[in-house]
This record gives sequence, structure tokens and C-alpha cells, in this order.
Amino acid sequence: MTAVLSVRDMVVRFDEFLALDHVSLDVAAGESFGIVGESGSGKSTLLRAVAGLNAFEAGSLSINGQSYSGRSRSKEFYRTVQMVFQDPYGSLHPRQTVDRLLLEPLAIHGFDNVDRRIMRALDEVGLGSGFRFRYSHQLSGGQRQRVAIARALILEPKVLLLDEPTSALDASIQAEILNLLEQARRDRNLTFVMVSHDLGVIHHMCGRLAVMKSGKVVETVAADALEKRDFSADYTRQLLVASEGFRRV
Amino acid sequence: MSEVLLTVDDLRVTFPTRTGEIEAVRGVSFTLGRERLGIVGESGSGKSQTGRAIMGLTPRHAKITAKTLNFAGRDLLKISDKERRDIRGKRIGMVLQDPKYSLNPVMTIGRQIIETLRTHERVSTSEAKARTLAMLEAVQIRDPERVFSLYPHEVSGGMGQRVMIAMMLICGPELLIADEPTSALDVTVQLEVLGILDKLVAERGMGLIFVSHDLRLVSSFCDRVLVMYAGRVVEELPSADLSKAQHPYTQGLLNCLPVIGSDRHPLPVLDRQKEWAL
Repeated sequence: MTAVLSVRDMVVRFDEFLALDHVSLDVAAGESFGIVGESGSGKSTLLRAVAGLNAFEAGSLSINGQSYSGRSRSKEFYRTVQMVFQDPYGSLHPRQTVDRLLLEPLAIHGFDNVDRRIMRALDEVGLGSGFRFRYSHQLSGGQRQRVAIARALILEPKVLLLDEPTSALDASIQAEILNLLEQARRDRNLTFVMVSHDLGVIHHMCGRLAVMKSGKVVETVAADALEKRDFSADYTRQLLVASEGFRRV
Repeated sequence: MSEVLLTVDDLRVTFPTRTGEIEAVRGVSFTLGRERLGIVGESGSGKSQTGRAIMGLTPRHAKITAKTLNFAGRDLLKISDKERRDIRGKRIGMVLQDPKYSLNPVMTIGRQIIETLRTHERVSTSEAKARTLAMLEAVQIRDPERVFSLYPHEVSGGMGQRVMIAMMLICGPELLIADEPTSALDVTVQLEVLGILDKLVAERGMGLIFVSHDLRLVSSFCDRVLVMYAGRVVEELPSADLSKAQHPYTQGLLNCLPVIGSDRHPLPVLDRQKEWAL
């Protein structure tokens, strides 16, 4: 097992607040890795630090054997790693058409055949060419998330960072997006790192998962361990109970 | 079901837009006693607008019609604004989704709760304070004296939602409308808040309308569930019989959730039929 993404003792601090406290994890090529935890546990910060959106002050990050520090990321990095964000309303430029949104990454990285690539990307996320010249306000939440996924996939990355990709969507739309992501992962042999507060979603999508609490990884377990209740941390148990719904005592 | 608290018959809420009228709620009917009723549906199904119409919070430009909209013997569509205000907050309370946006940011928590109380009842300052502290304690806030003098930004989401519940229950309403009361909270905090809500509703014998998009959560919390789609109630059933749901939309909603312990790849998705929206 070769780690495509490896984080060692990463520390992120916002003024006094220690958002990530010596976090380490390894994700193998082709693996789907989940991160769960409550708000403020540092799960999104970890993803953002990997993507270079937050600087980290200590520790190391290596992707595909190449190591990166602090905040600076090469162009090459973004061809390998792409990210999909939580809020489909906030992550698309309101004054750009879908076509323009998808063209931007292609232009930056100097791809050829842009026309065909855009058409194919839209097809792949199930939108079709009818959506190509629409603005994001003309799309529903689920359609916007599809565009965001198309934008991430159009550069043919190896690693996809997913920050709560379905938590702003209805349950029925969530199922569609999760299926789409799984299909894309199978077709392109992608590596996923997915953050969610929903254990059900993580269990469905991921093979292994890390449970985070107050900036630390509490434990890392295999997804089937959740079914068998084969984990040690009390906090994991609490999360699992909470995900099963309300029970009258 | 004992006495009927609320009767809704053929409720319609219409919004005028540039491209014509949009009917957000299209003929919703139900009766509510002192019980817990869940209203479930996806975004745009009209579930929140139903709750808001009962509370009288529909925007002015929208049109509400109903054959009956009766709360404890009074026709909510005919009463004056003054009477509306007497009912709102006193006899019908409403808990909104996000405490960050629904509490007044420039007023301490204690003052906000007292304001609600003194709007509806003539009580002395000291009694109002005593009742507020007792109410904060009832929603399981450990240090009511401290929280009393805090501002909303100084408390967490779960705590804010408890404050909201305390504010809504202090006048002892007969009906509480909870519009996605826990969607903005963490899973672990969600259960605590629901537990508190559940206990208070049971103790005080209130009627509860619980509006949510989460079918499983609602069915574990309520006695009865209305499932809404495109402004209509497509199915009404007791929570215990959820697995026996007849309507394909309800079944689809139940099936499309990933559950720990089942292994379904790909997940079944909703196949929306045009006739559901008719």
C-alpha cells in the first residue's frame, strides 16, 4: 500500500485556538477515506490545510511523494488534488455561466480540446449540454453541486477532497450525488478524502475513517467496524448512537 | 386524540411573482389535538409555509385562503392583527431553525425572554426574572444566572436553541410549532435538544407541529407524520407504521438514506413521477 496522501503531525493555529493538534493520517491510492466529527473538531480545517487554503505551521504533507509546506502550492498540485465544497450556492461564481466556470481551470492549466472536455464533463455528471450556458442561479442545489463536481473532475485529478458535499442537499438529492461520486471514483480510480458529520454517509462511501474531536484524531477504524461495533473510543460510540435517531428514554 | 386544538382545512398559500402566481401550499388539511405531529418534505414542498401560515408569519404580499383555519375556537383568518399578536407567542409558540439568526444579537438572553413574558402577562420585574431563570433551568442550562446576562453570540448553537425553546415556552403556549429546530445543530447536540423538547411538550400537554426534512428523525419523535410533496399532503400515517408507507414518494425518501449495516451500491434514488405533483 503506497500512500498517495500523507499528513504527519500537522498543526494549524488560529491566534490562540489550536484547530489541528498534531494530526497524522495516510491515505492509500484508490482508497476512499472518511473524516467525521462535530463542528469545530477540525475536520474541515484539515482538508483546507491539505488544499492550501489554510497555512499549517508545523508538520509535513506529502502527495504522490512530493512534499508541500505551509501555504504555497504549485500548479502541478492542483492538477493532482481538487476539492468540492459544502455550499453549492457559495462555491460557484454568480456571474459566470457553467461554460465559463468549467473553462477557467482548463485555461489555467493549458488543456487542449476544451470544447470536447466541457461537453464530456457535463455529460459525466448527468447534466447534458442544455445546462452549458446557464448561470448558477438558474440551477437547483443538486445541479450546482454537479457543476462543482464537474469543475473538480475536468482537470483529471488523482485525489478529490470532499468537504460535506451533500449536507446542504435534500435526502433524495444526496443519494444521487453520492452515486455520482462513487461512479466517478470507479471510472477514474480516484482517491477520496471525504469529510462529513453524518456517519451513515461516511460508512456508505468510505473504506476507512478517522474520528476527530477538538483538533485531534480520536481513532482510525475500518468502516465495517462500525457495524460490528468494533471500536475503542467512547466518542465514536456517542456519534454512532446519535446517528441512529431519537429515542425516548 | 382528545380535544381538537387546531383545524386546518384546504389551506392555500399563494405568492405573486413576475411570472404569475406560485402556489406554495395547495390545499393542506389536518386536525391537531394535544399530540406530536410531524410534517416532512423536501425543500420547496411547502412544509415551512404551512407552519408559518398558522403562526401568521406569511409575508404581506402572499395570499392565504382556507375553508377553515381554526385555533381553539377562533378563526385565524378573520381575527384582527391585535388579536393575532395576543395569540402569537402566548398561545402558539414557534421555534425556528437557526438560533444565530432568530435571537436578537444586541439584547441579553435574559432581557429577550423577559420581553416575551411581559408582552403577554402583567408581572413584576422580580417575578419575571425568577420565572425566566426557572425556565432556563427547565431547558437544562446548568448555570441560568450566567446565561441570563450573556448575549446570543456568546453561547453555542445547542445552548442558543435551548434559549429559544425557553423563550417560546415561558408563556405556556398550547401549541408549539418547531420549524427544523435541530437542523443547524451537531448530531450529538441534536439529541439533547430533542430530549428537552420532548420532555417539556409531554409535561405541559402541548400540541406540537414538528417541521423537518428528516423523515427518520420525525418518525422517531412524533406520533403522526404528514408527508408533503409540491404543496400537498401525499400521505398521512402513524409513525409506527412508517415501514408500511404506501406512497412511492414516502418509500423513496425512506430508501434513499445510507444506513450503517446495509450495503447498497448504488443507493436507490427517487424516481419523481409527474402525477405526484398534480
